[in-house]
Amino acid sequence: MRYCIKGGEIVDPAGGFSGSGDLLIEDGKVTAVERELEVEDCQVYDASGKLVFPGLIDLHVHLREPGREDEETIAGGAKAAIKGGFTGIACMANTDPVADNAVVIEYIKKQAQAAGYAKVYPIGAITKGLQGRELAEMGAMAAAGAVGFSDDGKTVTNAAVFREALEYATQFGLPLFLHEEDPDLAGDGVMHEGYWSTVLGLPGIPSVAEEIMIARDILLAEYTGARVHFCHVSAAGSVRLIREAKFRGLLISAEVTPHHFSLSDAMVQSYDPVFRVSPPLRGERDLAALKEGLRDGAIDVIATDHAPHTLEEKHREFSLAPTGMIGLETALSVAWTELVLEKILTKQQLVEKMSVNPAAVLGISGGSLKTGAAADVIVFDPNLEWTVTPEQLVSKSKNSPFIGRKLMGGVDGVWVNGDLKLAHGNFVE
Amino acid sequence: MVKFSKDLLGIRELSAEQINYILDSAAVCKDIFNRDLKKVPTLRGKTIVTLFFEPSTRTRTSFEIAGKWMSADVVNLTVSSSSVQKGESFVDTAKTIEAMGVEVVIIRHSLAGTPKLLADSIKAHVINAGDGAHEHPTQALLDLFTIREHKGRIAGLKVVIVGDILHSRVAKSNIWGLTKLGARVSVVGPPTLIPSGIRELGVTVEQDLDQALQDADVVNILRIQRERQSRAYFPTLREYSRLYGLNLSRLEKAKPDLLVLHPGPANLGVEISEELSVHRQSVITEQVTNGVAVRMALLYLLTGGGNQDEILH
Repeated sequence: MRYCIKGGEIVDPAGGFSGSGDLLIEDGKVTAVERELEVEDCQVYDASGKLVFPGLIDLHVHLREPGREDEETIAGGAKAAIKGGFTGIACMANTDPVADNAVVIEYIKKQAQAAGYAKVYPIGAITKGLQGRELAEMGAMAAAGAVGFSDDGKTVTNAAVFREALEYATQFGLPLFLHEEDPDLAGDGVMHEGYWSTVLGLPGIPSVAEEIMIARDILLAEYTGARVHFCHVSAAGSVRLIREAKFRGLLISAEVTPHHFSLSDAMVQSYDPVFRVSPPLRGERDLAALKEGLRDGAIDVIATDHAPHTLEEKHREFSLAPTGMIGLETALSVAWTELVLEKILTKQQLVEKMSVNPAAVLGISGGSLKTGAAADVIVFDPNLEWTVTPEQLVSKSKNSPFIGRKLMGGVDGVWVNGDLKLAHGNFVE
Repeated sequence: MVKFSKDLLGIRELSAEQINYILDSAAVCKDIFNRDLKKVPTLRGKTIVTLFFEPSTRTRTSFEIAGKWMSADVVNLTVSSSSVQKGESFVDTAKTIEAMGVEVVIIRHSLAGTPKLLADSIKAHVINAGDGAHEHPTQALLDLFTIREHKGRIAGLKVVIVGDILHSRVAKSNIWGLTKLGARVSVVGPPTLIPSGIRELGVTVEQDLDQALQDADVVNILRIQRERQSRAYFPTLREYSRLYGLNLSRLEKAKPDLLVLHPGPANLGVEISEELSVHRQSVITEQVTNGVAVRMALLYLLTGGGNQDEILH
């Protein structure tokens, strides 16, 4: 099927085209991008008044399969991704069994292919069983299609083990995705340590629990020459450390989640576990620093850390509920509302943070609408105003912290490899 | 007439007007201690459940007596041993109790925020009898009541709270109540037990106990709760006692009318010396008496009683 996306404003910082134009999709690829195209025998998709982006790529998703299919499945998560404008997602290894071997990596790829929604890029574990002791078979996983390694959910606390992991990973040229939190400093904390933890009487997790591990791993990355990517950076001090390390020329990258830059620890006042997340929502000063980091480039990527949990798991005592919130279906609208409309990022920068840069971190094609590129394309309606409700979300779990919030902008159309998956907000079945 | 919301979860949510009204009503209730027949029909036909997930004798007994003197039916539930072990969820337990036609649930829980979860889940009134390190509003109300009885006012007093501020729900509720009523509050304790952001609550952090006590009108000594502390925040009890324990020699250096409060049960010889616990400036047993009066007033006001003059009729 040939598609001609007509009349939209094309935002393609990697490909170079910007401004009003038409885009032609043939045989799964972008075959022409012009101010105006006269093409016959093609399905016209009217994008006037809308924006055309390369498909978004999410570096940080939990799909829960295998093991917790009651929370989410690979197919379900990949479908939610499409709804949110993500044509590619990288999924974390903390499944049950853990994705610490080639078999699980192959299983994930097979399930994703059968589902036929977003492209799924599995991330393998750094250590066996995420135990932080013995290295997992990175070579076998890389051969099976793993795009990087991560013990996400946990930090490899033993510096010697982690140094070995970094050195060993260099031979595959794949990045390590790091969840940074010192478990001793975090203790039994359940929220950010500060004014609100004191008022609410909940044990706090100090920012320095994250900062100290980021500082350590900047040093270890420098020492070993490995490629590291810092996941869900939450604290002002972390942004400063990363900025300084980049200034010294280190090849590191970092992501921030929409919830961390838009929601503060004051949300926990309700004691609603939907706001319990790791790392915790932090203070206003941290939110400002995260936005500044996005603006000046210290932070490269916006990723969701989409973490589904069932209602039963979340409707309970705050301290006993699991950490995590979903984000695939709200990320772009939150970023648009909080960053672009607030003039922190331009449209081009937003596409860099959500498409171009994540593709570069993973070392995959994507993030571009150049002629010849795979036709992973989305149409975004910046004027759509909507309020998030559980009913709208296709995710199996509904633990979104944005429920009840009014957001600007919504995903209108999505193509993956030239196949139309979402048209005018509805799935094409 | 002063209005109250469905629940009492913390002093933070109360206005100065509401706090004063509770204290005024408690003064009316206290008269019951002068009676031979300590029973009034005010809450006849109402059912109160005490739902304690943490052991406690004085707070639970105080609520029970308050309810019984007002002719309510009081049922005591200790949940830690039964439903929770069967895997029943907290919300389920709450719904079950509600379905039994209860008007008031008094809850104590080791996890902060649990009374809020209960209050959001059921239509019955919920009174927080202490949740984690969050709040213990009735303790603060009885402390305020006791201070007011002795000093005639709260506004303008300097109150020093000594001890483990980090884990103390008593400290938190006291800080809210005292500052709302215009007292100056200082906290003193090991720096490891002074939580971040405490100054934003409107208190002064002082390092030296003797110095803090110099111009103090009231000192509220917190219980050292080793069981609540996941690790050692200070080297030894001996060192704690040396730096933060209140004893006669410290008292003698303070103002002669310094009022000494302790929420009990006291670790004698640690945070307070035995001789001081029975000193004429110490009001620890009066606090217990006032606790019943304050809780009677609260049960009455929360269940819709408006006119405090009618409480004992």
